[in-house]
Amino acid sequence: MKLYITENGAKGANTVVPDDMILTKTMPTSAGSKMLEGYQGLFDAEVITRLTNAGYEIGGKVNVGEFSIDLLGESSYFGACTDENGVLTSAAAEVLKTGDIKAVVAMDVNGMPRRAAALSGMVYIKPTYGTVSRYGTIPVACSGETVGVMARNTADCREILAAMAGHDDKDGTSLSEEQCAAVKTAGAPIKKVAVLQSLVNAADADTQARITAVCDALKAQGVEICTVDDDVCKAASPAWNVLLSAELCNNVSRYDGIKFGYRTPNYTNIDELYTNSRTEAFGLLLKTAILYGSDALSTENYMNVYDKALRIRRVICEAFAALFAQYDALLLPACSKTAYKTEEVGTYTAVEEALFTAPASISGLPVVAAGGVQLMGKAFSDDSLLTLAALYE
Amino acid sequence: MKYETVIGLEVHIELATESKIFCSCSAKFGGEQNDHVCPACCGMPGMLPVVNKRVVDLGMTAGMMLNCKINRTTTFDKKSYYYPDLPCSYQTTQWFAPVCVNGAVEIETSKGKKTIRIKQIHMEEDAGKLVHDDWTDTSLVDFNRTSVPLIEIVSQPDLSSAEEVVAYLERLRTLLRFAKVSDCRMEQGSMRCDVNLSIRPEGSDKLGVRTEMKNMNSISAITRAIDYEVARHIDALENGTEELVQETRRWDDIKGKSYSMRNKETAGDYRYFPDPNIMPVVIDDAWYQRICDSLPELPELKKQRYITELGLSEYDAEQLTQSRAFCDCFEDAYAVCGMAKEAANWLISDCYNILNKKQQTADMLRISGKALGELIKLVAEDKVSRGNAKKILSVMFEQDIDPLAYATENGFIVSNDTGAIEETIQRIVAADPKSVADYKSGKEKALMALFGKCMKELKGNCNPQVLREMLLKCIENA
Repeated sequence: MKLYITENGAKGANTVVPDDMILTKTMPTSAGSKMLEGYQGLFDAEVITRLTNAGYEIGGKVNVGEFSIDLLGESSYFGACTDENGVLTSAAAEVLKTGDIKAVVAMDVNGMPRRAAALSGMVYIKPTYGTVSRYGTIPVACSGETVGVMARNTADCREILAAMAGHDDKDGTSLSEEQCAAVKTAGAPIKKVAVLQSLVNAADADTQARITAVCDALKAQGVEICTVDDDVCKAASPAWNVLLSAELCNNVSRYDGIKFGYRTPNYTNIDELYTNSRTEAFGLLLKTAILYGSDALSTENYMNVYDKALRIRRVICEAFAALFAQYDALLLPACSKTAYKTEEVGTYTAVEEALFTAPASISGLPVVAAGGVQLMGKAFSDDSLLTLAALYE
Repeated sequence: MKYETVIGLEVHIELATESKIFCSCSAKFGGEQNDHVCPACCGMPGMLPVVNKRVVDLGMTAGMMLNCKINRTTTFDKKSYYYPDLPCSYQTTQWFAPVCVNGAVEIETSKGKKTIRIKQIHMEEDAGKLVHDDWTDTSLVDFNRTSVPLIEIVSQPDLSSAEEVVAYLERLRTLLRFAKVSDCRMEQGSMRCDVNLSIRPEGSDKLGVRTEMKNMNSISAITRAIDYEVARHIDALENGTEELVQETRRWDDIKGKSYSMRNKETAGDYRYFPDPNIMPVVIDDAWYQRICDSLPELPELKKQRYITELGLSEYDAEQLTQSRAFCDCFEDAYAVCGMAKEAANWLISDCYNILNKKQQTADMLRISGKALGELIKLVAEDKVSRGNAKKILSVMFEQDIDPLAYATENGFIVSNDTGAIEETIQRIVAADPKSVADYKSGKEKALMALFGKCMKELKGNCNPQVLREMLLKCIENA
């Protein structure tokens, strides 16, 4: 069980630990892949610079699944994390549980840190897309991935998010300083929450019980709870899978054995150099995504698959805008179960579980995973979502 | 059977920006290998592209010069293929919404005028270069050229001969150099051309099998390649020497042959899709207007104006309007001195000669037109002799100087002190009684010798007419 890929001994309440998707110039960044084993980036990610400037100490690099697209990190070349009962855990949640650190800065590519927080009793916030710079993060699914914070409580999440958020000229998708400031300032309290019933129905009884418990706790605090059943949310997962795979396929094409990363010793010409390097260094889930994404972008399928996914993204964003005209936040499960035994988890379990995480990934809306569930809000309502989660912490 | 040739061109032009398209590395040609690189342009993960606005400026400028419609919302897309000189294994280009569409250029050949339609102009990044080391039998990659900004000008298949292709390329080069979009130097690769060619029976409206030729780096090579390719196509159709297939071919100018690089079956799928890291570039009215206002007067209109308004000869106007740098310098000089013919002469003869000696082209003229105007004024006002003015002009090619201040500091000001001139003449005449005697006995050359000695003594700072008259008077009295 490998929690850290690189350890630097930093500990204490002032220490923030990045996951292995975030570049640091003093420690290698491997993205959980044999392809980038020992890869030493030349510069710090913007979030690392900001945290350092704010006085935080940067701890070692936390293990992630290969390019962080899996369920909980089980696809890492450096090994999965399980507890003593054979239940899959995540390195990010484990270092928070066992280590003397304040928070983990974790890349949300495909919902992994949200599931990790929900299953371990931690809190994770995936902020509004564009409010935290992605400069210096290993690119996978650029149109939806976000740097977020995992911590033991909402207060620590809020503190670290405030240190990271802000406009960055080096990231073309970074929003204006005023827009970024919105996630750092106290937001309006959330009064009306809608439960996404179709997604609740897709989860098991234990998970449904958690949803009910959170609803009861919020009601007790005077929050109005309603139920909506919007099927469009179910379209988020297949559409996001197309977008994620297509962008991933393109982003990881730079790992060709020529410039950096793994190079196979088994080649006699350039085509073999490309093919064997990638065949030997990438895992099965990644290879599947590469093939799926490549197919979605092919001339033959582009309009029917990739372009359709883009149009579905727009429909989903419009549907959420309509929901947020009526409700302040949406309540939904983070995954279908409350624990995953290692033997139950297959290569593609993460693809199935994206049903719950894809809505926030594809729309770029802020989401907080806390108390075993997810709370999604409208753009820039990050602070309000943390306040809401604090009501049942 | 008679055939007609159908040609469409894809012309790549390197933009004259200081920095690369998505990072701040120098976009200059040359330099030590891998000197102009950073993590972004060598494809390291974690770097994000930020569009260089100057690239969009020049893309729009090119479009306006070629009568295109400007897409007010223009987007960047990724094109995927594997090649070692492409660091990310994708090229950022424009596929869905290029910056310019639907333009037209008028060309003139021996057959008269013709309009060539432009399908689109898109902005993209260049790739690096592979350097093959035969000694160690390896290939090395130079990323200096990676991410240098390019525009690709795609014509409609409106061209029908090598002559038209040459006229089209020269027209593009003139217009884009005038607008300072690029220096368009084929030998340095800042203008490159792919030729799409097919032939069909004359009068037919069906297009034949098309081949694309790459790797052409001179106008004459393009002419040879087109002639070769047309002959190959006709031979294939008439004599069945080979089956024509849609393919990409490489032109080898030394061997004078084209070779198949890849055909439709082996060509990869580029899998274009919008780059999610680059937000759509929205060109607002102010931006659009700024570029409109920056467009230069077209060279042929300039030439006409120089003739009709400034009274230049057809020849002078033609010579000046060959280059934007000459026009700019001429107009600045004229604004200062008000003497069009003089300013044109200085540029066409003196400046041109100096550039020639330095083995530079007209576009490389860097002297200040204002200073040239000042210099012309000094000569016209008899303050500096023409000979000394030429010396000052040479200095102006090396450094920024104020001609009057420089002439004053270096003793190039024509003297009006007739006493001093008189004194010099008398001294020289007294010292050379032989020449005086020779002149008096009818040897004209002797006068020239005395004149030269006086002029040298006076460092050229004397009106030659005045000197001659005073010298003659002095000899008479001697």
